[in-house]
Amino acid sequence: MATSFLSIEQLTQRYPDGKGGDFTVFENASFGVEKGEFVCILGHSGCGKSTIMNILAGLAEPTSGVVKMDGMAVSGPSLDRGVVFQNYSLLPWLSALRNVTFGVAARFPDWSKKQVVAHSTAFLAKVGLTGDAIHRKPSQLSGGMRQRVSIARAFANEPKLLLLDEPFGALDALTRGTIQDELIKVWSGTDQTVFMITHDIDEAILLADRILLMTNGPMARVAESVEITIPRPRNRTTIVEHPNYYAIRNHLVQFLGQRSADGSSTPPSEGMHRPTTVRIDKADASEPEDPEPAPLLRAVEG
Amino acid sequence: MGALSENKKAALLSILILVVGCLIWEMSIPAQKAAGELTEYELLTGGGQPKAGVPPPSQVIGKAWEQLSDPFYDAGPNDKGIGIQIGYSIYRVLTGYFLAALIAIPLGFLIGMSAVAYKALNPFIQVLRPISPLAWMPLALFIIQDSEASAIFVIFICSIWPMLINTAFGVAGVREDWVNVARTHELGALRTAFTVILPAAAPTIVTGMRISIGIAWLVIVAAEMLVGGTGIGYYVWNEWNNLDLTSVIFSILMIGVVGMLLDSMFSLLQRAVAYAE
Repeated sequence: MATSFLSIEQLTQRYPDGKGGDFTVFENASFGVEKGEFVCILGHSGCGKSTIMNILAGLAEPTSGVVKMDGMAVSGPSLDRGVVFQNYSLLPWLSALRNVTFGVAARFPDWSKKQVVAHSTAFLAKVGLTGDAIHRKPSQLSGGMRQRVSIARAFANEPKLLLLDEPFGALDALTRGTIQDELIKVWSGTDQTVFMITHDIDEAILLADRILLMTNGPMARVAESVEITIPRPRNRTTIVEHPNYYAIRNHLVQFLGQRSADGSSTPPSEGMHRPTTVRIDKADASEPEDPEPAPLLRAVEG
Repeated sequence: MGALSENKKAALLSILILVVGCLIWEMSIPAQKAAGELTEYELLTGGGQPKAGVPPPSQVIGKAWEQLSDPFYDAGPNDKGIGIQIGYSIYRVLTGYFLAALIAIPLGFLIGMSAVAYKALNPFIQVLRPISPLAWMPLALFIIQDSEASAIFVIFICSIWPMLINTAFGVAGVREDWVNVARTHELGALRTAFTVILPAAAPTIVTGMRISIGIAWLVIVAAEMLVGGTGIGYYVWNEWNNLDLTSVIFSILMIGVVGMLLDSMFSLLQRAVAYAE
């Protein structure tokens, strides 16, 4: 695991609880992400997903532990790590195009203005934004279009690691589906590593190579790493027919509904806490674990 | 009438109000009796002399025509055209105002970006801000020893506060997300300040500038009444001493018109930097 492209080692985050003590959000979280991998992290609110994301982005400092990317410890934000924020974070006084060129010009300072514009326009086109729309201000765009601009801005910078903080959280289901497809389209053309926070189990199964499951906070842990054994390209309408789909989904639902609350009260033992790898593959007869059936449509609290 | 747009209706109504107002004003001023109608007693007590009174609008319009057709004449220290007087006032206002902006905006930036600087400077700002700018006049006259520069200083001191406070407020209120965007793009402090914080805070800063120019124009009239010599404030006071109320009313109107023009310039600027979230 030491050879992982992105290696999170014994990350701990504590805040003063205002009563002289400490409040531990998560402790000794350790996991790795391979190059080119698409990893989603699932967990209930308050388990510290966003904190992990901010630490990866370099916007926050952990209490202890290190994040290494390509063998180098991460400190402070960098253009190598692009972030798509949940609330888009577009600069409202710039047009969609200028929001993207803003990033591209920072990433490639040697490029001519024409080069920057051409590159940015190409990436906006990849997420389906062309013509007049790219010259509009964010306030004149719909929520879905804004998030597209935000995704284009992150991808146009060609970062080594892309961090997505619940990018579809504020979108309606239909728009969400379209942009998920666009995200996969843009991503599959690159060897970029993606780390994404989501609350949506189906979204995670559709997009991810691997899903990290977090137990509830405080003292949250990254408990399991579930491989998604469904071949790409995946399609939202046919993916449900794959024999592994409901097996994986049930496993996830069961974890979030039940097991995420267990064990969070017991303090984690000393040392590294690698998540247990879980591989569910119906096609593979040697798979011993068959999760007990859980209610299929169980709502997962956001 | 239904075919007229809202703006046209409003314009027509404005003209109507103006005409009716002027007519009422014109009629409410008692006409002076001709000398022939006066009794002998009235003549003996000086009733035949032209009386000083509030002039009717027709006289004010006549005065305006006379002044505006030759605004830049200069017939000695006490008799200069309205254009020259207003020019002096605008020069003083703009000099003091831009000196204030030069200090207030960078300082406001600093205060807005640093919580420590804000807390350290806040007590001084809170004490200095409510001081009437004219209260500085004696001190300014003593220290600077020049009435012209003192007037500029008074403008400086009155226009600095709204700009300082609004800049600090605007900069401190820039959304964390936008600053994070700058951070994840590895922008340096200076580039962050100019490409993210300045445009984000610009509407608040320009609002402060607009408030300041309004206050500066209010204060210059009073300051010039004190320091004298030139300027629209001096002109008003001088015409009062001449008991020329027609000129007084005319110059009051001119103060309003110039103030409106200054304000509308900043309103244009405000529109240019505004953005919708």
